Amino acid sequence: MTSGISYDVAHLLGAVVLLISFALLVEQRVIALISTFAAQGVVLSLAALWEGWSHNIHHLYLSAAIIFTVKAMIIPMTLNFLVGAMKVHHHETDPGLGVGGALAIGISLVVLSIVSIFPIAPAVTVLTKESLALAFSVLLHGMLMMVTRRNAISQLIGFMSIENGLLMAAIGVQGMPLAVEVSIAFTVLVAAFIFGIFIFGIRDRVETLDIHQLDLYRGERH
Amino acid sequence: MSLIGSSIGLLLLLGLLALIAGHCQRATVFVYAASAAAAAIIAYLALSYLIMGSIGNEIVSYPIGLPWLRVQLGIDSLSAFFLFVVNLGAVAASVFGIGYDKNDGHGSHGTGRFLPLFPLFLAGMNIVLVASDAFTFLLGWEFMSLSSWLLVLSTHREEGTSRAANIYLVMAGFGTAALLLAFGLLAAGNGDITFAAMRAVPLSPLMASVVFGLVLIGAGSKAGLVPLHVWLPLAHPAAPSHVSALMSGVMTKVAIYGLIRIVFDLVGQPLWWWGMIVLVLGGITAVLGVLQAMMQRDLKSMLAYSTVENIGIITIGLGLTLAFQANGMKALAALAMTAALFHVLNHAIFKSLLFLGVGCVLTATHQRDMEKMGGLIHKMPITAAAFLVGCIAISGLPPMNGFVSEWLTFQAILNGSDLVQWPVRVAVPVVGALLALAVALAAGAFVRTYGVVFLGRARSSHASDAVEVSFSMKASVAVLALLCLVIGVLPTSVLSLISPLISQFVGVPLQVGSGLSWLTLTSETDGGGSYNGVVLLVMVLAFMAGLIYTMHSFGNRTSRRSIPWGCGFTDDPGPVSQYTASSFAQPIRRVFGASLFSARDHVDMPKPGETRAAVFRVTMRDPVWDWVFTPLLGSIGALTDKINILQSLTIRHYLGLMLATLVVLIGVVAAIQ
Repeated sequence: MTSGISYDVAHLLGAVVLLISFALLVEQRVIALISTFAAQGVVLSLAALWEGWSHNIHHLYLSAAIIFTVKAMIIPMTLNFLVGAMKVHHHETDPGLGVGGALAIGISLVVLSIVSIFPIAPAVTVLTKESLALAFSVLLHGMLMMVTRRNAISQLIGFMSIENGLLMAAIGVQGMPLAVEVSIAFTVLVAAFIFGIFIFGIRDRVETLDIHQLDLYRGERH
Repeated sequence: MSLIGSSIGLLLLLGLLALIAGHCQRATVFVYAASAAAAAIIAYLALSYLIMGSIGNEIVSYPIGLPWLRVQLGIDSLSAFFLFVVNLGAVAASVFGIGYDKNDGHGSHGTGRFLPLFPLFLAGMNIVLVASDAFTFLLGWEFMSLSSWLLVLSTHREEGTSRAANIYLVMAGFGTAALLLAFGLLAAGNGDITFAAMRAVPLSPLMASVVFGLVLIGAGSKAGLVPLHVWLPLAHPAAPSHVSALMSGVMTKVAIYGLIRIVFDLVGQPLWWWGMIVLVLGGITAVLGVLQAMMQRDLKSMLAYSTVENIGIITIGLGLTLAFQANGMKALAALAMTAALFHVLNHAIFKSLLFLGVGCVLTATHQRDMEKMGGLIHKMPITAAAFLVGCIAISGLPPMNGFVSEWLTFQAILNGSDLVQWPVRVAVPVVGALLALAVALAAGAFVRTYGVVFLGRARSSHASDAVEVSFSMKASVAVLALLCLVIGVLPTSVLSLISPLISQFVGVPLQVGSGLSWLTLTSETDGGGSYNGVVLLVMVLAFMAGLIYTMHSFGNRTSRRSIPWGCGFTDDPGPVSQYTASSFAQPIRRVFGASLFSARDHVDMPKPGETRAAVFRVTMRDPVWDWVFTPLLGSIGALTDKINILQSLTIRHYLGLMLATLVVLIGVVAAIQ
């Protein structure tokens, strides 16, 4: 296996993950967000698989399996269950910033992460440098999503996509111990359940998933 | 040097001992005596360093403090000079403390309460002076601030003390924060916090100016530079008298040391406008301080305001030094710096003398209000004589020491026209006029104080029942008074102590005093002025002897008893009708006070038929409160109101703030790379 193709494919997969995170930013329908997020998990697990195969790092196979199971199956299924249980309408949308705004800010975040990551890591290999920048962009996109979305499920997906960025960095940087990845994965699972419980709670109390409505119930405001 | 370190360690141990055995009278005496001994050892070592130029191992380091830092103590001519000044005052205050009665007008409370803090306060000041890294310096600085703060609080039962202590604590914390930032900038070059490393790193003019500003705030707030002086007249008088003497006479000098150490030593070549700022601040400080001193009725407040004035005089000298040095005029810089340092020594001596003298008066009368005193010269002749010497010295009259340093300051000011930059050329004569005004008013203020307290007739039973104080208290003021006279008559001996310091910082040796003979003080650059203390003393003594002889020869020797000039009173008018401190100050209050201090006289006359007495009240405000601190506090309040919105945002807004912070930080990183 020549290193040229190995790099190219790794870049391709990283770029696809970033592309999907753009899709997450732009996508407005809550139910469609879940499948987009699942797609990101699938591509991420492929990236881990490829990285493990091309560099002959066996524990990455396990990482790929965990990512696939958790990110592409368990969490999307849980979210779908939540959506079903709470009877979210198929067309229910959460506009966030709108397409133009989300794209503009998302692109500038990518630029920012490239100009900040590239000079910081001059000594490491090209691959690591670029995949770090990609991973960092995905992370920032996740944060942006958490900030701009108002629906609780979209915010949860934003949070999970931050974690995807972290995993992507972990895959790209060689030497990240498996234990860390496993523990991150389980933390996220636990977080997903806690989020789920809260979402149920919110739904029960205020009959909506729009957390903006919660603000109306806060006291002591100036 | 290690002996100095051990002496400081001894002071710290004494604090511990006093904590354990503070209630025992014998332990109190021992603690004060041992403090005096430790201070005397340090003063002796500092003096021998100044004379011989070395006392063996100049830098010692101790494995204490933070785990990765060793505390470094070192001595050079600057710290040696200030060590001498500080420990001279410390010895006097400690000896005074031995005989200090527990009731000195502050109400009855034991000395045990503040006894442990006294040696700790001395240790803190000494640590600042021998520190040769920023950590030790700041540690000692804060130690000094906190122990003196607690000493101020030791009279907490009195009205106003807690307010004074609170303001002091805020100002001290603020000042230390400014110094911390200044040291941070100085150490930024290579991350090394030793003074030697900071000295080696050159600073850009911008960074140097920022450091200068921070130090001016940090050290200025401790020294009592306007507008940061507001805590000083409140806190200094609140402490017990010998602690007031230390705070006013000595601690302010430690602040001056900090200013000199950082600005002259660590920063390097000054810019001319630094001198301009320091000069103008000094002039304003001197006049504001002395005007306030003139109008105080409380003896200790009056002395505290006079400290503000004298800090102004010292600062004027330092400002001139900076201006001369920025222009490369080394001989004049040497003259100005000599004047400033000489005044540091002088003020430490006579302000300690005056505060200790007031301590004697308070011990005897239990009063701080001048209006209740009078005629004490008959009851306490030795205290009165020593206090008179202090008054003459602080008024800048020959042949006492105050005259010499103020004369040198004026010599430096008269040479200020040689400066190049026009703003300084304009400022120097103005500051000279301010200084002249301040010195004249100081003389007036001390004539008033001495006249009202010691002369005339007793205004209350407290004053008429006063008796002379204990031996150790008398001894300490008498020795200080003698020092005032000796330094005033033989100023060249002190100059030889200052000269190594001047060579170190200005680059040329001292040229003042190299005139006609070793007794004569001349400022060589002036070409005419010279001062010979011995000749002057002989002349003064001869004149007084002649006067006394003449009066006795030509006066009628038979004593008569009559009322030649009753001033409208036909029989004995009683002590109440004497000229009071307030009446003495009234002309000045009318001229300056009405506009500057918004002084108002309130007369509350009884209605016809009412039997109560009329009430006369004077209200005054320090203008700095209205012009600086009230707007400052107001804007801080408004700002916090604005920031308060942040306290009740939604989670999404908080997340948004986090993202924005992250993005900005990344942007900064990207921009720096």
